[in-house]
Amino acid sequence: MSIKPIFEKGAPGRKAYSLPDIDVPEVEINKLIPSQFLNDGFINLPEVSEVELIRHFTRLSQLNFGVDMGFYPLGSCTMKYNPKVNEEAAKLSGLMNSHPLQSENLSQGALKLMYELEAFLKEIGGLDSVSLQPAAGAHGELAGMLVVRAYHEANGNPRKKVLIPDSAHGTNPASAALAGYDIVVIKSSKDGLVDIDELKRAVDTDCAAVMLTNPNTIGLFEKDILFISKVIHDAGALLYMDGANLNALLDITRPGDMGFDIVHFNLHKTFSTPHGGGGPGSGPIGVVEKLSPFIPVPIIEKGGDKYYLDYNRPHSIGSIHGFYGNFGVLVRAYTYIRRLGAKGLKEVSRNAILNANYIKKRLEGIYYLPNQGACMHECVFSAKFQKAKGVHAWDISKRLQDYGFHPPTVNFPLIVDEAIMIEPTETEAKETLDKFCDAMIAIAKEVETDPEIVKNAPHTRVVKRLDEAQAVKKPNLRWQKNLSNTIKNP
Amino acid sequence: MEYIPNTPEDQREMLKAIGVSSIEDLLRDIPVEVRLKKDLNLPEPLSELELLKEMKNLSSMNANTEDFISFLGAGAYDHFIPSVVSHVLSRSEFYTAYTPYQAEMSQGFLQTIYEYQTMICELTGMEVANASMYDGASAMAEAALMGTRITKREEIIISSAVNPRYRKVLDTYLRGLKYPVKNIKWDNGITDIEKLSMVISDKTAVVVIQNPNFFGSLEDVAAIIELAHRHGAVAIIVADPIALGILKTAGELGADIVVGEGQPLGIPLNFGGPYLGFFAARMEHIRKMPGRIVGATTDKDGNVGYCLTFQTREQHIKRERATSNICTNEALVALAATVYMAAMGKHGLRDVANLCLQKMSYAKNKIRELKGYTIPFSAPTFKEFVVKTTVPSEKIQERLYSEKIIGGLNLGTYYPELKDHILLSVTEKRSRQDIERLIQCLSQVAGNVN
Repeated sequence: MSIKPIFEKGAPGRKAYSLPDIDVPEVEINKLIPSQFLNDGFINLPEVSEVELIRHFTRLSQLNFGVDMGFYPLGSCTMKYNPKVNEEAAKLSGLMNSHPLQSENLSQGALKLMYELEAFLKEIGGLDSVSLQPAAGAHGELAGMLVVRAYHEANGNPRKKVLIPDSAHGTNPASAALAGYDIVVIKSSKDGLVDIDELKRAVDTDCAAVMLTNPNTIGLFEKDILFISKVIHDAGALLYMDGANLNALLDITRPGDMGFDIVHFNLHKTFSTPHGGGGPGSGPIGVVEKLSPFIPVPIIEKGGDKYYLDYNRPHSIGSIHGFYGNFGVLVRAYTYIRRLGAKGLKEVSRNAILNANYIKKRLEGIYYLPNQGACMHECVFSAKFQKAKGVHAWDISKRLQDYGFHPPTVNFPLIVDEAIMIEPTETEAKETLDKFCDAMIAIAKEVETDPEIVKNAPHTRVVKRLDEAQAVKKPNLRWQKNLSNTIKNP
Repeated sequence: MEYIPNTPEDQREMLKAIGVSSIEDLLRDIPVEVRLKKDLNLPEPLSELELLKEMKNLSSMNANTEDFISFLGAGAYDHFIPSVVSHVLSRSEFYTAYTPYQAEMSQGFLQTIYEYQTMICELTGMEVANASMYDGASAMAEAALMGTRITKREEIIISSAVNPRYRKVLDTYLRGLKYPVKNIKWDNGITDIEKLSMVISDKTAVVVIQNPNFFGSLEDVAAIIELAHRHGAVAIIVADPIALGILKTAGELGADIVVGEGQPLGIPLNFGGPYLGFFAARMEHIRKMPGRIVGATTDKDGNVGYCLTFQTREQHIKRERATSNICTNEALVALAATVYMAAMGKHGLRDVANLCLQKMSYAKNKIRELKGYTIPFSAPTFKEFVVKTTVPSEKIQERLYSEKIIGGLNLGTYYPELKDHILLSVTEKRSRQDIERLIQCLSQVAGNVN
């Protein structure tokens, strides 16, 4: 049963709020603001009672699937469990109800937290400076690429191009382009790693930076990373790490130790903050010493006993967020790191890797495995065998919904045909992994015996497979009074 | 470790199935030279009990708007948040999900975004809204970039009465593309239209103003949009969503893109984030818009459903040719705004706006009567206004803090020419008594007799 839009609920005169009476002498609005600036008195928003409102959104929540409901192995997204103590911490009044521009004297708790989180991320990343400003991974990438530009400009030549492997997230080329760079795509080798010869050919004095994800999006560690780093640095270019896959590396190795100059951290992935249905995230960047002058302001500093916001960094690229980034997300990540300490973080990555390899082993042979050997925190299969029967990775993802799992990422990375990218994370128990693998195996059998059931999936959700092409051809992007009647509404 | 279910026995079984003897065997692709040789230097783990105590301690080192009376706004506002907002947000079916790429499993969130887009369109008078940007500042920067794509021009004109922090973020966004930015001076607290008319030309891509502007003053939006259009430029309005409870929409006045900070719509102050950049435009420009968009469609049985749409604009498809690099946005914050707008409904937003206006006006008039204070700008204001003082503003702030009042913003920090000018914000949360306390303190600090 689908749920009517809230605009079709309620009745004129209903409301879901109460406000105090005006306790100052009231003046007619048009005496305070010229009437040509004023609207005609109301806005076309819903008129519902509080109970209608709560039922509407509660029922909508029941049509949604989150980590708290079940396994969510969405590759590259690190959908780990979101500890509840993080949420409690973020709701503390001094953290939730503090104004970003109140004086530093009145903000010492928030500043201390940010100062310490900067220090934790420096230590975890093996880096010298951190800016907490970027609000998401891609925002961190933009900040990082602007740091690249500022660094090269300070050396007299901004350089022209950024090299990016064909296995990279789409945000990488989009961010580098926004920073004014041309993109050169580096083909991956047949074993799914950076093709060193290709890289060597493409690196020259016009190359500003190389953006890598390590482990890469195939779930493999770039084992030649030190050599890659040398090639790039010899050409005077910088090495950027997309930190999307940092959950594989905690307490095992550090980006700074591998030769990366800039890293963005996805606090909503590695550091357990909830993904919020698509955000908020948080994408701090960390850099090596020579890039410290360029990172976004403000940085949190400490003078004597007092923490303060340092804007006095003349070479900084400036601010990339209206205030200090997604502070509420920083609180959750800070809480997580304080709960785990080094000992806990060590268990995180090792168990994430164990879980991914276990799934890989169980599904090997049933689904095509493009790359052999141990994977890191995620494994990438191809639905090549199933494609031969006319069933695509996309179909398999839909069928998994019927088995009660959120599907893995499919059709990414682009270099694997019919890719199925599975990231279990460390927070799942063996029984869950087994049930998921059983479902994947059952679907593979269905492809053999009854492919239509897979091709027409899902069968058990509130809607059947949606016509995404129609959504573009006949755009319906907002509710309008008579429009909803044109679509059959149960 | 309570977040990791694997027991040593589980681990042994899994390793056996994999065919290796230890987790260490799975790490063999990592060169030994880069392996960490010692444990990370981080504080010792804390139990949940100890951790909460520690977090409460950090929290108590901060002032908060429950214990202090705040007259500070300047881009982040202390509005009332109905209880329903946090209760809907605490549904973990919502907050532990991610981007609804798998539409059939994410109908709940997709529908809320569709409803959010609808409400933002109603509020701004525009035709299409996206699913959210990071904050008001980044939404404005992305709007300016979209304007350059629409006009195929590069010059950006922005009023210096736009939030200075937003202008800084715009500068940062443009550091790579090197598009020229021209700032237009303000006069009497509003954008100097005469200066604008001298600077604007047929090279101008976009004109950006804020309404109410950073000083709380209302701009002549219609005149500025008309001027922009006369030169073929795109008009971008940075709007306060609460003010739209009583003001004509920018859409009605002809704006091409309307953006703003959605924090006033039921989002806690959060020391600056997460906030919400709302973003709305004309339908004809949809393919140049940044960010995710949700559309209604039908399933194979003809039933209504929702999915992400117009994705060929986005980075995961278009890569370096995408309209923006944004991926993760502020979906949960947009949900909060949706619940807030649904709760306030047809009349509530107007009631909130009127309460702000009445209380602001009351405070402004009371301060105007005080010796030592003047109201330097005559333009009408909505919920904020500028006060000029004869007492150094730092001294005023100090005194207010001692009375558990957070005063306004010292404007001299952002505008050197406005030293000893304070920007005060008065929302519906301020009672008459709160305002009287402020007036009394201001009066005493300036040496008034009463």
